[in-house]
Amino acid sequence: MSVRRLAAVQPDDFAFTQDNLRWAEGQIAKYPEGRQMSAVIPLLWKAQEQHDGWLPEPAIRRVAEMLAMPTIRVMEVATFYTMFNLAPVGERFVQLCGTTPCALRGANALKDVCRKVIGDERHVTADGKLSWLEVECLGACSNAPMVQINYDYYEDLTPENLEALLEDLRAGRAVKTGSQIGRSCSAPEGEDTSLTDETLYDGSVVGAWRKRFDEQGGADATEADSAGRPAEASRPEAKLAKGKGDAEAQPDAGKAEKPVQADARPADRSRREGQPSWAGGKGGTDDVSPPAKPRGEEG
Amino acid sequence: MTKIIVDGAEVDVPAEYTILQACEAAGAEIPRFCYHERLSIAGNCRMCLVEVKGGPPKPVASCAMGVRDLRPGPNGEPPVVSTRSPMVKKAREGVMEFLLINHPLDCPICDQGGECDLQDQAMAYGVSGTRYFENKRAVEDKYIGPLVKTTMTRCIHCTRCVRFVAEVAGAPEIGAIGRGEDMEITTYLESAMSSELQGNVIDLCPVGALTSKPYAFKARPWELAKTESIDVMDALGSAIRVDSRGREVMRILPRINEDVNEEWISDKTRFVWDGLRTQRLDRPYVRENGRLRPTSWPEALGVVAAKIRAADKARVGAIVGDLAAVEEMFALKDLFGRLGVINVDARQDGSALHPKHGRASYIFNGGIAAIDEADAILLVGSNPRHEAPVLNARIRKRWRRGGVRVGLVGERVDLTYGSEHIGAGPASLTELVEGKHSFARVLSEAERPLVIVGAGAFVGEGGEAVLAAAAKLAGEKGGLCVLHSAASRVGALDLGLVPDEGGMTATEMAASGALDVAFLLGADEIDVAPGTFVVYLGTHGDRGAHRADVILPGAAYTEKVGLYVNTEGRVQVANRATFPPGEGREDWAILRALSEQLGAKLPYDTLNQLRAALFQAHPHMAALGEIAAGDPADIAKLADIGGTLGSAPFAGAMPDFHLSNPIARASAVMAEMSALKRTGFAQAAE
Amino acid sequence: MLTDRDRIFTNLNGRRGADLQSALRRGAWDGTKFLLEKGKDWIITEMKASGLRGRGGAGFPTGLKWSFMPKPQEGRPHYLVVNADESEPGTCKDREIMRNDPHLLIEGCLIASFAMHANACYIYIRGEYVREREALQRAVDEAYAENLVGKDNVHGYPFDIYVHHGAGAYICGEETALLESLEGKKGMPRLKPPFPANMGLYGSPTTVNNVESIAVAGTILRRGGDWFAGLGKPNNTGTKLFSISGHVERPCNVEEEMGITFRELVEKHCGGVRGGWDNLMAVIPGGSSVPVLPEHQCQDLSMDFDTLRNLKSGLGTAAVIVMDKSTDIVRAIARISYFYKHESCGQCTPCREGTGWMWRVVNRMAEGRAEKREIDMLLEVSTQVEGHTICALGDAAAWPVQGLIRHYRHEIEKRIDDYSRNSTPADYPIAAVAAE
Repeated sequence: MSVRRLAAVQPDDFAFTQDNLRWAEGQIAKYPEGRQMSAVIPLLWKAQEQHDGWLPEPAIRRVAEMLAMPTIRVMEVATFYTMFNLAPVGERFVQLCGTTPCALRGANALKDVCRKVIGDERHVTADGKLSWLEVECLGACSNAPMVQINYDYYEDLTPENLEALLEDLRAGRAVKTGSQIGRSCSAPEGEDTSLTDETLYDGSVVGAWRKRFDEQGGADATEADSAGRPAEASRPEAKLAKGKGDAEAQPDAGKAEKPVQADARPADRSRREGQPSWAGGKGGTDDVSPPAKPRGEEG
Repeated sequence: MTKIIVDGAEVDVPAEYTILQACEAAGAEIPRFCYHERLSIAGNCRMCLVEVKGGPPKPVASCAMGVRDLRPGPNGEPPVVSTRSPMVKKAREGVMEFLLINHPLDCPICDQGGECDLQDQAMAYGVSGTRYFENKRAVEDKYIGPLVKTTMTRCIHCTRCVRFVAEVAGAPEIGAIGRGEDMEITTYLESAMSSELQGNVIDLCPVGALTSKPYAFKARPWELAKTESIDVMDALGSAIRVDSRGREVMRILPRINEDVNEEWISDKTRFVWDGLRTQRLDRPYVRENGRLRPTSWPEALGVVAAKIRAADKARVGAIVGDLAAVEEMFALKDLFGRLGVINVDARQDGSALHPKHGRASYIFNGGIAAIDEADAILLVGSNPRHEAPVLNARIRKRWRRGGVRVGLVGERVDLTYGSEHIGAGPASLTELVEGKHSFARVLSEAERPLVIVGAGAFVGEGGEAVLAAAAKLAGEKGGLCVLHSAASRVGALDLGLVPDEGGMTATEMAASGALDVAFLLGADEIDVAPGTFVVYLGTHGDRGAHRADVILPGAAYTEKVGLYVNTEGRVQVANRATFPPGEGREDWAILRALSEQLGAKLPYDTLNQLRAALFQAHPHMAALGEIAAGDPADIAKLADIGGTLGSAPFAGAMPDFHLSNPIARASAVMAEMSALKRTGFAQAAE
Repeated sequence: MLTDRDRIFTNLNGRRGADLQSALRRGAWDGTKFLLEKGKDWIITEMKASGLRGRGGAGFPTGLKWSFMPKPQEGRPHYLVVNADESEPGTCKDREIMRNDPHLLIEGCLIASFAMHANACYIYIRGEYVREREALQRAVDEAYAENLVGKDNVHGYPFDIYVHHGAGAYICGEETALLESLEGKKGMPRLKPPFPANMGLYGSPTTVNNVESIAVAGTILRRGGDWFAGLGKPNNTGTKLFSISGHVERPCNVEEEMGITFRELVEKHCGGVRGGWDNLMAVIPGGSSVPVLPEHQCQDLSMDFDTLRNLKSGLGTAAVIVMDKSTDIVRAIARISYFYKHESCGQCTPCREGTGWMWRVVNRMAEGRAEKREIDMLLEVSTQVEGHTICALGDAAAWPVQGLIRHYRHEIEKRIDDYSRNSTPADYPIAAVAAE
């Protein structure tokens, strides 16, 4: 990396939007009291997000104030982590992975595409739409070569499809994220070579493992002994109750006096207590709250 | 204690020692750059690598590894460390090579030359010749204030400066931005540092990256005469070394004195030396027709003698300034006593401190080092950050260790550590005494509480009541600590330089129509009303000299041998590094000459004779480096004085840290810092 | 031959839902409470019995690591921190866990935290993985919504889990640098001792585990440490996610048995080496930091920790970078050297100065613009970096260079000879070109 400096031209001030301020409070709350400094990366990140993808100097000061940190400490963070852009970037900021795994599969040709379509590294196109930078490994090596544009990865690139992608982005056309050749995540191209057993997905996996515990049954303690483990290992309640402070750290502290057989309780009972009832079934909703609607687009 | 074998020799060291300390205890020298006894351990320079037998086959950073972390041998043998094995030699050579590949070869123009750790250790542990043929890294220099000059290409990233300002100075303004080989030391947007202790980073920097800006390119260390002395910029009496060449002081450095300043000094102490060269009074003057005319010693002394002789002795007085040494104060008291003058006072600030209450009433009882053990500290009417920055750093050090609460009565200031602001004025003190404030319990429950009262708190009406209240708060635990800001003050009080019964205080003397003749011994912090004939014996063309009718040029603290008693009551000696400029003379000798003119000849012709008389009168002055402890009973008695507290909020004794005495006011460096501070260090980089 | 039934990450390919309901059908969160009720000691014993070695690169036994946590003390919370800062070039396995099987990870976090008296867990995910972070956060939200985690959850063990992210620094994958970063500082590794188990996050006892190490915990406990130990080889047990990149026909991530041969791995899942087996030139078997192995050592190479260590390389993160004969091996390693120079935090001298030096020399060598005696000098410089630094990045930077010299010295010498004969470097096939 080369020396990273703040941009020469800076805005006078920076203020988080109300929404982002609320969000920031939520972030700070993730850390123990007095450890608000932990939120420095998320806050700087949000500032960058709010400020067209680059981090202005007043935001560094603002974040320092919010987290009661010396400004120089925030400055250190902002300059240490390379994802903080200290100068303006294009609306679509292309980070091109140039590390060996990508280079082996043609990242250098992609650089030529970027130079052709956008210009030199860090140069923002006149329309403000695009800029690019060679970065280090982005962790998608099985889908090399690849680029990250803003928050999305674009994988399995060729000079041709990258050029088309950049032009699409410049023109504001919808583009496909992820693999550009239709792979599912990092599965091998074409037919899957593993995970083709459908019984993995029909729910039959659930509970199947219990057999080994059921077979042990009430003889669990003996089995533990014979395996050379302390008998107490299979009696967590008895053991844990001895340690000070363990009582609250232990599940079902109130039931600490349960006999050894607790381990061998029927699977269905444990399931009832231990997890939603629909876990093993086909989405039944008989006795606990209904499953949360998956918010993900996956599936 | 743990046993460890270093280079074949078994030593017994405390278990909490690091390997580096253990090696030193065994007499093995361990090179280092980042490690510093008074800073946190960074372990980043890797110069202190040693070999630990039986461990992983790689060298270990001895500064960061504790002796207790070493595993003993299979049969419980002590761990074995080697500092001279081939592995260690190779490791040191390797690290040295890495440090040097990007270090410029600019030693001939580097101010660190001759006292550079990198230079020295390269000689001792490096190899000659280079294998590095790439381009060397160049780093842009940074502006970090008028005191510290940067040449960042020389930086070896040891982060001593970063750690010092964050840990000791409590002004975390330096950081290392960027990363990898592009890491750079800087302040935020290259703003000036604000700490009063920032100059210490110059000493800490093991290379020439941070050097003294005022001293830049002025001298080489080997051409300087080094004089061990004592600082007078505040009342701590920090141990210093005055480096001079010919007639000029070139720089001032700290010496180690664990009891007083550890190894830090304030920026005023360090950078005031340019003030020793400017505005100097280098010959006697007499005022004629409103203008000062240069004159000769005989004439000047004659004029003074005539004036004093002619005057009613009740209308003659002497006021002693803040920088006077014990010897001249003793001579002054002696002389004016012989003349029958009872108006003599060293408290030009109007302080209520008085020797009649006993020594315990005006010294920092228990000593500065008592701070290290304190479990509660109450600051009254003091901003130690200005009045004694090094002492303030010591309070901060104590605070960082935890288990202490600090309360503050007085101006709400940033002390660099967490403190509870109790109130601004005497009313809060009353609350504390009456137990109405929660901090009163903190004090009463503490085992080793300190009540640190600034000199400013005793000024004016109710000063004595403040002393009484503070004594009460300190209670039987004896933690009454008076923090003076004038180097001369404790010595003066020891000598009894306060008006005798019926005499006038300094404030009264300065009032209009009070005196016919006023003799100012370096007193610049007081305005003598018009009408009085003023004789000024001092060093700088400051307030006193401007007011004076006769000027007698004296010697500054680097130009004479003199005793100073610091705020703890510790007697220390300042040594002469250079001579006074022009016709300036040592102050006691001037008084001795004057005494002859006045027909009241002082019975000592040499400083040694004077000292003999002094020691006879005040035996504790003979015990250099010692503190004659105050009597705890005096504090108990003080508490009973009572009295009515004033109502005005406490004001610090040193509103402008950088311009608090005539020498500092003559210093361009101090003036720049003062101006910078007034603008809140907002000045942009140059 | 690993059957699908013995694979832990059954949605590795992302063909199924990552949502909670889909995950439950695949067996995540199955009987978690039952497992917890078996107790901390049982969990740690099973983990030890499984022989699981940390999947983050160093291969330290996970169960043993868990057992290092001290006894809980009043006012000193314990923390589990999950290292999801996957940045080692070649490695992209944790990414698939986080976006496709996040619930296995979250469940593992609960189990591991329980076993180590931790009531809070932070997952530190690299900044670049924005979508993966979102997927993980969605899964965490689902788990909270269903009360699987939280202060008062169905498992009866108070447990909070937070997703934290970085912002572009490979060094934050080093566990103590990660903790520094999580505390809001620069990611500069700490001096050890003290180790995180005694002084970790916020000065409290902390265990830092790789995503994969944690995510397999639930399945190991369900099916038993013996089951896991029965897969793979002794001391190199279980299944492992392999990230295969570079010159194979079909690069992919796949879960396979430890000790699978390189040939089988590549033939079975990747369609073989590009241009055929004879076209293989070299393999970096465990992420960019491990030394490269030449083709003749790779024929029947068993992919496990011990075999690779004996070959002076390493399994690392099991990120297999395959290079065929079109590769300019010197440039390929020079690019890796650049990576380490770029990612050196700059804290300690040998790494800060040495990574740049090594890169510059290797880079010259890639052009042939060097002298032969510099090869030995480079080797010596690399040994002066290796083992002299605060963290392992110094080693990671030195090893690829050492591997290059060990196996391809002749290639460098040839390059130098050619350069001095004024032949143009462009004559060489260049698959990788260094930056700057």
